[in-house]
Amino acid sequence: MASSRFVYVTYIRTTPEKLWRALIEPEFTRQYWVETWQDCEWKAGSPWRLMIPGGRVGDSGEVVEIEPERKLVLSWRNEFIPEMRAEGYSRMTYELEQQGASVKLTVLHEIDVPDSKFIGSVSTGWPMLLSSLKSLLETGESLEESRHWPKGA
Amino acid sequence: MGADLDKVFKALADPGRRRLLDQLRAGNGQTLGQLCEHMAVTRQAVTKHLKLLEEANLVVPIRRGREKLHYLNPVPIHEIADRWIGKYERGRLRALAELKKKLEGETDG
Repeated sequence: MASSRFVYVTYIRTTPEKLWRALIEPEFTRQYWVETWQDCEWKAGSPWRLMIPGGRVGDSGEVVEIEPERKLVLSWRNEFIPEMRAEGYSRMTYELEQQGASVKLTVLHEIDVPDSKFIGSVSTGWPMLLSSLKSLLETGESLEESRHWPKGA
Repeated sequence: MGADLDKVFKALADPGRRRLLDQLRAGNGQTLGQLCEHMAVTRQAVTKHLKLLEEANLVVPIRRGREKLHYLNPVPIHEIADRWIGKYERGRLRALAELKKKLEGETDG
């Protein structure tokens, strides 16, 4: 296989509007995405940065495609771990689709690098964040382990 | 729980479908043809199994060019574990499972 890919599909009892806001707005992401927030104007071609506590840039890229409440595609590169940065830009896609009282959220994160270290790393991070996001939207509370940036990282 | 739990258990209740999940665990993102190579049943039977696994959200098909690749989606099984296994039991259970695996050797049950 010439590329590495992370795939995750979850059903969240919410509306596409609320899920979209939770994926994008800092006051939501800080609660389930280890205190990080995204600096972006959310238009096609806008630069995108994932800001980590202390004002550092964790990852960066740009908005490749945006269709509010339905689809977001970002180019995405890690900025603080040299061997991951060296792999270049990955492509991350969110797809939202209403299904009855839930929204089906598909997360695809892929890169044209075999056995990518970066995709390996996000593959352990995404499941925790996404189950915390689901918990936040369905119960009003994110998961404890996703609320803080890891100490010393 | 989002995905229909009955569908998940029904999908998991068949050894052929569990074998398909094992195959994806060993190599995620395979085509129907690749999955058929290791199955002793017809292509039609594998297609049917995959359909049930997809309906249960255990397998996600992704189209890339002319290919349809199949990925294991761990979410439904994770939700089952979350529902019946407490957060604090998990560590102890993992330690016991590791011990059992060591004592019995690495065989699949």
